[in-house]
Amino acid sequence: MTSLAADGIGIAFGGVRALDGITFETAEAGVTAIIGPNGAGKTTLFNILTGVYRPGRGRVRLFGEDVTGEPPFRLAERGLSRTFQNLQVFFRMTALENVMVGHHLGESHNVLRHLLPLPAVFAGERRAREAARAELAHVGLEGVANRSAASLSYGELKRLEIARALAAKPRVLLLDEPAAGCNAVETEALSTLIRRLAGEGIAVILVEHDMAMVMSLSDRVIVLDQGRIIADGPPDAVRTDPAVRTAYLGADG
Amino acid sequence: MAARFGAALILALVVVAVWFLADSNFVLRVATLVFIYGLAAIGLNILVGDAGQVSLGHAGFLGIGAYAVAIGPASLGLHPLLALVAGVLLAGVLALVIGRPILRLRGFALAVATLGLGILIAMVINNEAWLTGGPDGMRVGRLELFGWRARGTDTWYWIAAAALIFGAIVASSLKASPTGRALRAVHDSEVAAMVAGIDVARYKSAAFVISAVYAAIAGGLLALYDGFVTPDVAGYLTSIEIITMVVLGGMGSVLGAVVGAVILTALPQMLTAFAEYEHMVLGLIMMAVMIGLRAGIVPSLAALFGGVLRRVR
Repeated sequence: MTSLAADGIGIAFGGVRALDGITFETAEAGVTAIIGPNGAGKTTLFNILTGVYRPGRGRVRLFGEDVTGEPPFRLAERGLSRTFQNLQVFFRMTALENVMVGHHLGESHNVLRHLLPLPAVFAGERRAREAARAELAHVGLEGVANRSAASLSYGELKRLEIARALAAKPRVLLLDEPAAGCNAVETEALSTLIRRLAGEGIAVILVEHDMAMVMSLSDRVIVLDQGRIIADGPPDAVRTDPAVRTAYLGADG
Repeated sequence: MAARFGAALILALVVVAVWFLADSNFVLRVATLVFIYGLAAIGLNILVGDAGQVSLGHAGFLGIGAYAVAIGPASLGLHPLLALVAGVLLAGVLALVIGRPILRLRGFALAVATLGLGILIAMVINNEAWLTGGPDGMRVGRLELFGWRARGTDTWYWIAAAALIFGAIVASSLKASPTGRALRAVHDSEVAAMVAGIDVARYKSAAFVISAVYAAIAGGLLALYDGFVTPDVAGYLTSIEIITMVVLGGMGSVLGAVVGAVILTALPQMLTAFAEYEHMVLGLIMMAVMIGLRAGIVPSLAALFGGVLRRVR
């Protein structure tokens, strides 16, 4: 069974083809990395896969169902979550509250009930708070739970986004440059976390520039260059692929 | 519990204190107006402060509530209370219908569109003179319940105070609920909210409807209290005043909305000593507050003094 699949995805911005004929399928668990030089279209692809952009051509499938053009909140209901390269943190909230937003799918959406001072709602909030505390501990942020998100460091915010995404209990998780701005120790901790998630049966798809991390962590690597897939396979095969070397090092490389 | 409803508790204490300290009916009448406008501001703050969506037309909903209690009994023979309910429903339904398309807009575009909505409602009230009395306004019958007539300064002081405190409790409940959190998420990052599974359009629309209902209730109370209503209640100046209360008092703060209402309603009365310079002084105070307390009075002071005050937001 495949989790997330792209069928001939293409998109153009102002006549420039950002993506062209992107086709791949990911397994239900494991780590898939998408790499490529700057401007290759990795983040654009992420935005299409997660419903932020609608593709010009092609289809997106999630667990076998066509979800092309569905808004992100519908995809979230189907078990897809993501983090962002340019942080999308709720900066007016505490770290804990950020993670609590990740619980939204599992909470009551009855606005009328929420207008009343009901003990049941307060009890639900207490439970959400405790759960969020545990989820923060997963990424090592239990110490800053009650700090304003605006006061956290870049590396902490990266992990906060992951904790928030995990709070939604996703089956497919897309991470856009999770290790950017992290030091070696943080990167290693992140790798351990991602490996554990993949082991728990989550399909992890990541865009990452840290090649050491990508090569040691991934089950599969997809290489994009100028909006097309130029290589797709296990890390070792991709590493030695001549087309990949050319894309990264130039024609003479 | 005390922290969650700190704002309502403080308001209740202030209401009682003002009642005992007031040395004239005039003070109580001004306080009553503060409570009613404060109620509208608390509601608008859910849209503006929590969900982060601007509206420059909310006086339109105030006008719907006000004219409902004027027209309902006079033209349709409705009981004033039933007329108020009808007005509130009408405002809510209108907000629901118009909210969806209008809230796709952001920032300045949303500001202008909501301004247009408010002007439109005020224009209808002005033009349909056969029903509304036009620019001259119309009389509003007394509120009567089982033979008891709501009249007199004292009675209205307590009616308005009860409405304000009830409105504060509802707003604080919402703030401490998953819906409140979803609204604040929409405010900070729509895309991250959507990825977390939040139906952004639905929550914006909910905030719009809730704030419209608050405004309509406030408008109805205002008309019943005054016993007379003119189109000014729905005019854009009123809209600007309510949103100024929200921003001045503190976006996202229940107590702040009421503090804003005090400044815009009661302060001009206190500044009458400055005679023709009254509005100049008021303007200067508003500018000074925004420069010195950028997040609004209550949140800024809460951050300044921390601890106790922070818990009552």
